[in-house]
Amino acid sequence: MGLFAGVLGRLSWSALPHAPITIGGAILMVLLGLAVAGLLTYTKRWKWLYREWLTAQDPKKIGVMYLIVAGLMLLRGFADVLMMRAQQATSVGSSHGVVSADTFQQVFSAHGTIMIFFVAMGLMFGLINLVVPLLIGARDVAFPFLNAASFWLFVAGMLLINLSLGIGEFSAAGWLAYPPLSELRYSPGVGVDYWIWSLQIAGAGSLLAGVNFLVTILKMRAPGMTLMKMPVFVWSVLITMIMVIFAFPILTATLSLLALDRTLGMHFFTAGQGGNAMMYVNLIWAWGHPEVYILVLRAFGIYSEIVATFSRKRLFGYSSMVWALASIAFLSFVVWLHHFFTMGAGADVNAFFGITTMIIGIPTGVKIFNWLFTMFRGRIKFASPMIWFMGFVFLFTIGGMTGVMLAVPAIDYQVHNSLFLVAHFHNMIIAGVVFGFFAGVTYWFPKIFGFRLHDGLGKIAAWCWIVGFVLAFWPLYILGLMGATRRLDHYDASTGWQPLFIVAGIGAVVVGIGVFFQVLQVVVSIWQRNERRDLTGDPWNGRTLEWSTASPAPIYNFAVIPKVSERDAFWVAKQRGDKPERPEYEDITLPKNTPLGMVIAGFALIFGFAVVWHIWWLVLLGFVGIVTTIIIRANDEDTEYTLTAREVEKLENQAAKKRRQYA
Amino acid sequence: MCYNKHKNQLILDRRFPPKTMKLKLKIVLPVAFAVLVAVVTVWYLKRHSVPILQPRGVVGQKERGLLGFTLLLGMTVLVPVFIMATVIAYRYREDNPKRVSYTPEWSTHRVAETIWWGIPITIIAILGVVTWRTTHQLDPYKTLASSKKPLTIQVVSLDWKWLFIYPEQHVASVNLAPIPVGTSVDFEITSDTVMNSFWVPQLGGQIYAMPGMVTHLHLLANQPGDYAGASANISGSGFAGMKFTVRGSSQANFNAWLNTAEHATQPLSSATYATLAKPSKNMAPTVYNHVQNDLYDTIVMNYMMPSDTKSTTGVKQ
Amino acid sequence: MSTVAATQELRRLNAEQAATKKTVFGFWVYLMTDCVLFASLFATYAVLRNNTFGGPSGRQLFDLPNVLVETLILLTSSFTCGIAMLAAQRRNRQATLAWFGITFLLGLAFLALELTEFRHLVHDGNSWRRSGFLSAFFTLVATHGLHISIGLLWMVVLLVKTIRRGFSDSLLKRLQLLSMFWHFLDVIWIFIFTVVYLMGAIPV
Repeated sequence: MGLFAGVLGRLSWSALPHAPITIGGAILMVLLGLAVAGLLTYTKRWKWLYREWLTAQDPKKIGVMYLIVAGLMLLRGFADVLMMRAQQATSVGSSHGVVSADTFQQVFSAHGTIMIFFVAMGLMFGLINLVVPLLIGARDVAFPFLNAASFWLFVAGMLLINLSLGIGEFSAAGWLAYPPLSELRYSPGVGVDYWIWSLQIAGAGSLLAGVNFLVTILKMRAPGMTLMKMPVFVWSVLITMIMVIFAFPILTATLSLLALDRTLGMHFFTAGQGGNAMMYVNLIWAWGHPEVYILVLRAFGIYSEIVATFSRKRLFGYSSMVWALASIAFLSFVVWLHHFFTMGAGADVNAFFGITTMIIGIPTGVKIFNWLFTMFRGRIKFASPMIWFMGFVFLFTIGGMTGVMLAVPAIDYQVHNSLFLVAHFHNMIIAGVVFGFFAGVTYWFPKIFGFRLHDGLGKIAAWCWIVGFVLAFWPLYILGLMGATRRLDHYDASTGWQPLFIVAGIGAVVVGIGVFFQVLQVVVSIWQRNERRDLTGDPWNGRTLEWSTASPAPIYNFAVIPKVSERDAFWVAKQRGDKPERPEYEDITLPKNTPLGMVIAGFALIFGFAVVWHIWWLVLLGFVGIVTTIIIRANDEDTEYTLTAREVEKLENQAAKKRRQYA
Repeated sequence: MCYNKHKNQLILDRRFPPKTMKLKLKIVLPVAFAVLVAVVTVWYLKRHSVPILQPRGVVGQKERGLLGFTLLLGMTVLVPVFIMATVIAYRYREDNPKRVSYTPEWSTHRVAETIWWGIPITIIAILGVVTWRTTHQLDPYKTLASSKKPLTIQVVSLDWKWLFIYPEQHVASVNLAPIPVGTSVDFEITSDTVMNSFWVPQLGGQIYAMPGMVTHLHLLANQPGDYAGASANISGSGFAGMKFTVRGSSQANFNAWLNTAEHATQPLSSATYATLAKPSKNMAPTVYNHVQNDLYDTIVMNYMMPSDTKSTTGVKQ
Repeated sequence: MSTVAATQELRRLNAEQAATKKTVFGFWVYLMTDCVLFASLFATYAVLRNNTFGGPSGRQLFDLPNVLVETLILLTSSFTCGIAMLAAQRRNRQATLAWFGITFLLGLAFLALELTEFRHLVHDGNSWRRSGFLSAFFTLVATHGLHISIGLLWMVVLLVKTIRRGFSDSLLKRLQLLSMFWHFLDVIWIFIFTVVYLMGAIPV
């Protein structure tokens, strides 16, 4: 290659995909991108896209973009599911299934990584962006530019992991890439590097978002809204942001150390030369365990809002709920060893961590009782969010029970890394986080988009997910007890496992039908949006502040910042029959649109790609680009614009007129 | 429907037809589905080999007992929660024609909250004590009680097979580990590649195999039989082939096998070991005789000190 | 000024003050995350401290007098940074530039000494590739050095801004953040000095 060898690092034509499935996936993604670009060109909407979305600083816009990106990644993660189920249902005895062992290992590594980092975190941050400022009576987040930058870093990480499908390969070392397997000696290709850098970039975005929302909630609540008057969902966000702040830097450090091992020949976790692979396991789980609670606590917060609203009753035991959230958050930092009881830590250490793990079950159980007693003596409307909730109650408690079983070290010695474990954590994440998210999106959809989702289709989707989940994961519990480990690309017919894998595959298809109904739900609702307009801003007879604004909420959320004096302030005002006063408009300052968040993330993407392929001059360029853009932005004094009181009044009247047209 | 503030109730308009049929289906169908799943599960478990529930080793038996105990304890919470959730959802649905209370402001109740903080705390306290005890009892490092003399087997996980060295007998075997029944076997486990996990579910729990470190797992087989073993931690493209068999046999049969191994054609020297350690998949069981002394220790030490200093046998890989 | 205009002006000032407080608080939170990052590196160093893989240990490698000089330089730079901030609050442009200039030079001297130490180690074959211990050592100390470099760059940018645009509330806020950052790095260095160098040199 001569001169080009230095210029392109270790990138070459051989980086293009070889396996049929990978080629197919890469082509599909390229076609999808071209289709979107074509559509934008045809409808002449590039400028609109740039002006209204790409440079936006409004957290509601950023939230919508988070949801779209995370939704697309859900489809990719789900495609991985279908491949894995197909492989495990057919790769028995003399047959070796639909993909090679190496491809299979990349598929499940990608599946886990995408689902946790890009789907779950993306959906949750999206919802938080959309709703938290509204819930606390604020207009924006504390640091709008940082918020946009966080989103674009998330996108950069997403792009990097998708690039690995077409250029190079992905990690085959599982979603957490334990060394020594993930070290250079046993994974010499670019896969693990792609894994490291897409997570590093996306993780940086999450960390900054954590700082942002912590300051937002602590400093920008409406006057009169003390901490104990906040909606419980906001408490769950506050607490999880604190967890992000403590946990994510550990991830940054650990990924960096692995990167240093692989790129600069260091010996943190190598086998030999003074490396200690167990240290990686400790560090990564010191981040990893809080991470899963970061995900699920927000779902708990969503359920609290939904159950109270749809039962038309105050949330039972508000203080208990808050204390339960806080204690779960604290405990989640002292349980991490339960992920590797089988690494030989000794009985005292194992027993200690087992007991701390079980203790988390207590506040979680309390929350379930509090929700049920919110429903008790309420008048429950079973719209689709409540169906998701009921699915959660039944399925999540089963998962919690298996979790307590896994917390007993002597039991874990048998089922660690078996499909029993896989069933348990999917039980928690799907029934807890994913169902919670779907319920939350359905609930808050009208506030963001101005019209309701088709409820019937939502209910069908919920039932499909519930039934599909049972069919897909109950067999895995049994398989675990039958001695099946996770991540197997092939097994003997004599084990008797195949029928169970086939049932699991059917379950995945049923969930897929559920996803189909969700997509249909969105399409139909957009099609019928005029019939489903939310004209009052309060379609569910809600309890909290966001329902006091119009739907969709205007860019500044509240024309006049509300004053709050109790919990569920909006509900109380409605019960009292408060008449809305004539609003006293004031000037509103908002952040100006800017592309610089996107630019920083673009340079981060270049940086990440260049490190993966050892293109050192490009690494430098990316780094300098990031620093320069930050300096340029920091020196920009003119970052805000003001809407005068009269302009605000005009906007409000225009919106009211538009609503009257729909009525 | 209208809300009567004085009676604190929602009064149903009599013209509104209750959808009881559809509702009953929504309860009956899921319950039927759950019962079906339970029945099929039990039937399937009875008809197939389920190593963790059909243990043949002392450790596995105790672990199964613990599994059953924890499951029962969990059910004492699960069943009431399921019943409560169903009853409350059914009774307080908005279109329930029966007159039921509606107390929208009621949100605290000291006694109730104490009960449902108290019951989980009690259950976890019980389980905590059980956990402490059993974690110590079932510590993989503990020698198991047996009238027979314990046996040591050194285990090395390789890409992608398992090497078993019998140090006192000076023989070695790949992918097959015969053991005498009723004997406490001390597996000393290490890895000469990435992390693996040594697991024989029908005899007991697993422990990781890590380069540069030695972990211990004690197992005791109650009956003769072939017990499937696997690696439970992903170790590369040949991972699915990391299967081995632990063969529990009578003392006589075990001695007979030892005899065959001692007459094996290949010795396990540093040279033959180097060949063995090269990546290969799905290796058939093989035996070696004349295992080089300190081979196992050298394998472990290679990761702790540079191989061209200090090692006693100078084994380089 | 009319009442309406006065109210609006008061509102704007209040908003600016609130914004400054918010930014300073946010920066504190960011510093806490940086703290956790360093804590992870310290934990890793503690675990790998004795993993020399037959190579030299800290006791054989560390040049304590050099480290003492580095420490004194950094501590002094914290002091001069403090004086610079006092000058900035008094809006004294000359003094601010002078004292931050000295801080900058001290920081640069610190980096020079550190890089020299690294060069000696690498030259003698004790680079980060030699053992887990050395990997941990280089990474912990160099991460701190990288933070110092970023601080120096930040200092230059702010000093240029001071020269070109003079003092404003926004500039004062940024100088405040910079000085918080600089003092934070000094505290981290105290830990490095103690845990890595002093404890490495004492036979344990």
